[in-house]
Amino acid sequence: MSNGMRGFLRKDGRKGIRNVVAVAYLVECAHHVSRLIVQKSGADDVHLIGFPGCYPNKYALEMMKRLCTHPNVGAVLLVSLGCESFNREELRRTVHASGRPVDLLVIQQSGGTTRTLNAGLEAVRKMRAELAKQTPVPMAFDELIVGTVCGGSDGTSGITANPAVGRCFDWLIEKNSACIFEETGELIGCERIMASRAITPELGLEIEACVDKAANYYRIMGYGSFAPGNAEGGLTTLEEKSMGAYSKSGSSPISGLIKPGDIPPRGGLYLLDVVPDGEPRFGFPNISDNAEIVELIACGSHLILFTTGRGSVVGSAISPVIKVCANPDTYDRMADDMDVNAGRILRGADLDEVGREIFELVQAVAAGAPSKSEALGHQEFILTYKQFEPIGPACLPAA
Amino acid sequence: MTTVDQGKLPPLLLLHPDDNILVARRDIAQGELVEMDGERFSIPAAIELGHKLARRALAADTRVLKYGAPIGSMTTAVARGEHVHLHNLKSDYIPSTTREGTDGH
Repeated sequence: MSNGMRGFLRKDGRKGIRNVVAVAYLVECAHHVSRLIVQKSGADDVHLIGFPGCYPNKYALEMMKRLCTHPNVGAVLLVSLGCESFNREELRRTVHASGRPVDLLVIQQSGGTTRTLNAGLEAVRKMRAELAKQTPVPMAFDELIVGTVCGGSDGTSGITANPAVGRCFDWLIEKNSACIFEETGELIGCERIMASRAITPELGLEIEACVDKAANYYRIMGYGSFAPGNAEGGLTTLEEKSMGAYSKSGSSPISGLIKPGDIPPRGGLYLLDVVPDGEPRFGFPNISDNAEIVELIACGSHLILFTTGRGSVVGSAISPVIKVCANPDTYDRMADDMDVNAGRILRGADLDEVGREIFELVQAVAAGAPSKSEALGHQEFILTYKQFEPIGPACLPAA
Repeated sequence: MTTVDQGKLPPLLLLHPDDNILVARRDIAQGELVEMDGERFSIPAAIELGHKLARRALAADTRVLKYGAPIGSMTTAVARGEHVHLHNLKSDYIPSTTREGTDGH
């Protein structure tokens, strides 16, 4: 029986549930021109992404390569000022090798804002005409990657939305989808119980070590991943928030520990380590929820399940974001932004019933239906400096 | 969709049998009579949805259990039914922050 999901087949064999043109600025100085191109194109499927820094950063280059060759992306327009250090040629070559249409505009060579804008609009027009000829093909569960993130958590998150997403994850993993949960800084306190779910003891040790790394990093920064709104919503401590966040992972065994840009090799549950390696150098690991979403997308996530108690409104460039609202009062106030009212569990609804609703919504969005944030035009994106070492051999045990 | 008469739902949730706190399922008014471990109990101060109160009297330094897992330690003793939050519970890992600054425990 068909699940209704469909995707655009890419040269590397992956399928995208969307077919967007990504317009990418390669330094903040090219941001405005890129934004004008996106806005004046007048199309919902032209998305703005980019990296603001002028100094080189290996992580940023690798992330931009992953994002520009994400299966949901059909074509890419790169916009450079001209003097920044970003390796634009390497990025262009990578996108070209992936079989996607790609153009590179250098503002200093094109002759300034207006000429680059006009050239960019023409490039986007051609790319969209090209993409319009592509037809999607049926997509199976074992070709699907789903990420989850929580934002604006409160005392209801760990009771309603997070465990409901956990149920959805369990069912997706039964069907061989890959599911990714993350923010090791918000799993501090869960390291032992999480390690016990690893498919090998060596992976368990890696998981404990990566949470220790996160705790050390946040201690040096002087703040845990805990916002004032968390406390206003009834959460008191970081480990309390962690226990609630952890329930998003469901009850499947943990198949691997990955870092931003690593793509799960097969179905199963994966923990994404988002805390940089080495001494803290560039600031907080993730300065806001969208930084985490961008990393989940760089790991190949086709769509994101975002649980919120206080009420986040964000979406994302590239991959649709489904909002699962934990708090029934928040849902009543912000229903236009929420895809699922998981808070009704507090008013007597069954956890499995809500989990089932999320599972069905994943299929509907993968079949092309827009999520609420997507329909509202939310396409937030943020990418900042980080540094990572490659994962160790124990992090991805053979199946 | 399952619907249950909200009036019949207990306003306090016990998430795990080992827990020494309960979670408010909805806003609860001061003086509201609730059932706690089989006994009628009058709520001493209003408590908001998602917040915690003590299931029994807790001494200072008691580890607080939620979902059956430790979520921090009490900094002061509280009576049964009292609000358990930033003013009397601290992290065993990293202090929590408020808009006024880092929690000073």
